[in-house]
Amino acid sequence: MSLPIVEMLAAEKTFPGGVQALAPVELSVRPGELIGLIGPSGCGKSTLLKLIANLHTPSAGEMRWWGEDFTRVGEAGRRLSFVFQDPTLMPWADVATNVRLPLDLDGIPRDEARARVAPALAQVGLSHAADRTPAQLSGGMRMRVSIARALVTRPDLLLMDEPFAALDEFTRNRLDEDMALLCAQGGLTTIFVTHSLTEAAFLSTRVLVMAPDPGRIHAEYAIDPTIVRDEAFRLSAEFAAICRDLSALLNEVSHARAAADA
Amino acid sequence: MKRAQLSTVLGPLIVGIAVLALWQAICRLWHIPPYLMPAPTDIAASLVANAVPLLHALRSTLLVTFAALLISVVLGVLAAFVLVQSRLIERSLMPYVIIMQVTPIVAIAPLIIILVKSTLPALIVCATLIAIFPIISNTLAGLRSVDPGLESFFRMHKASRLQMLWRLRIPSALPMFMAGLRISAGLALVGAIVAEFVAGTGGNSAGLAYEILQSGFQMDIPRMFAALSLITLAGLALYFAMALLERLALHRWHGQG
Ligand SMILES: Nc1ncnc2c1ncn2[C@@H]1O[C@H](COP(=O)(O)OP(=O)(O)OP(=O)(O)O)[C@@H](O)[C@H]1O
Ligand SMILES: [Mg+2]
Repeated sequence: MSLPIVEMLAAEKTFPGGVQALAPVELSVRPGELIGLIGPSGCGKSTLLKLIANLHTPSAGEMRWWGEDFTRVGEAGRRLSFVFQDPTLMPWADVATNVRLPLDLDGIPRDEARARVAPALAQVGLSHAADRTPAQLSGGMRMRVSIARALVTRPDLLLMDEPFAALDEFTRNRLDEDMALLCAQGGLTTIFVTHSLTEAAFLSTRVLVMAPDPGRIHAEYAIDPTIVRDEAFRLSAEFAAICRDLSALLNEVSHARAAADA
Repeated sequence: MKRAQLSTVLGPLIVGIAVLALWQAICRLWHIPPYLMPAPTDIAASLVANAVPLLHALRSTLLVTFAALLISVVLGVLAAFVLVQSRLIERSLMPYVIIMQVTPIVAIAPLIIILVKSTLPALIVCATLIAIFPIISNTLAGLRSVDPGLESFFRMHKASRLQMLWRLRIPSALPMFMAGLRISAGLALVGAIVAEFVAGTGGNSAGLAYEILQSGFQMDIPRMFAALSLITLAGLALYFAMALLERLALHRWHGQG
């Protein structure tokens, strides 16, 4: 059994002021997994993802990356990228410069950095837009730039917080298919938050259904990783069954909340 | 030229010509004497007749204006960088920036004229005091207007303080700085004129305000209007120059790049 990419050992998060955003969570992420996080608003999905990105530190419990603490994250074989809900691009810089940013910040020589931008842009289908500025792009294109910026560092672990939430369903489906292809190319482990049950069903090899008050993992749902994620899968009975199961799990969660509220 | 562009130029032009024609007609038809209300042609004639002293005055006023603007930009940006370093520094110093801003310059100008012995520096100090505030406040707001998501991205990649400043804060601040610069350019001209009025000095640094004062004493109303029209033209030129500069600096932001 290979080393887990990330482990949460009873990691929990209580914010200053006493809000317990996340009750102790046990989670082990295996290489190559594509994990979807779903659950009602405020159930701690972003908090969980930020713990994994080390943007938050746990108030109790422990986080481990590749079996160690965070210090060596960023070295070769242990790279981590985060895609925010908004594209968060630099409006004053063209697409190529935006994508190059993490390499520039890491002090990678300019020529090498330049050479790595083109393949990253090709991965998200934006080779033709390298010298446009963000203002000249559509919302979906901006999001793809943001993903290219995350991919250019050749991450081993990709974290995405509702990356396509602001997009229309058609664009979102297209980007989901692109993501599925990228992840299938290998090497990458991905954890993403989504509000869309169908998106979770389409991309994930494992779905974590979260419940609120306090935030915790209510259920896990595994999906056969060998399935090819394409348009045919989206139309299959198998996909419909997965969506139905997830929907039932989400219903449990929201009923529990309604009962608690009553 | 596109239709819309044509109408933005042609429309105001037609209005301007119509107003001038009406003005001219009223003055001539009712035989209004030039010392009450000069006709546009009287003003033009005075402008030509007094071209040498008027242009000399214009040069002085513009010199004060640009010097004040330049000093405002340098000191204002420096001040903003100091203020943005910490909330404590900002909280301690900001009240004095505001005191400087709310004190009418006309009230302190005589003091400055007395304190600063030679005229030209005194005029520049007055105009700078008026022009510097928008630069400070806009640059400060701009430096603070960084996208929080982008800021965490920089922090996640362990960006140094210098990288944060150079690659994030300064470019983020540019649009607000440019807006401040445009306001400040207008205020520098106002400041120069106000300072000249208060100083009331002739001689080498006599500006357009001095021309207006002198024309008033001599009841040379066409010359007064001629000086006034030069101030307006200078203001317009300054406005368009700043708008052009802003367009050049920000074209990428707005997607024409
Ligand atoms: N920085 C913070 N300080 C205090 N409380 C916070 C902070 N961030 C989140 N919370 C609280 O923690 C809980 C979980 O928030 P979180 O953002 O993780 O939810 P979420 O599942 O991502 O919700 P959504 O789907 O709306 O994005 C919420 O009750 C929220 O109010
Ligand atoms: Mg969230």
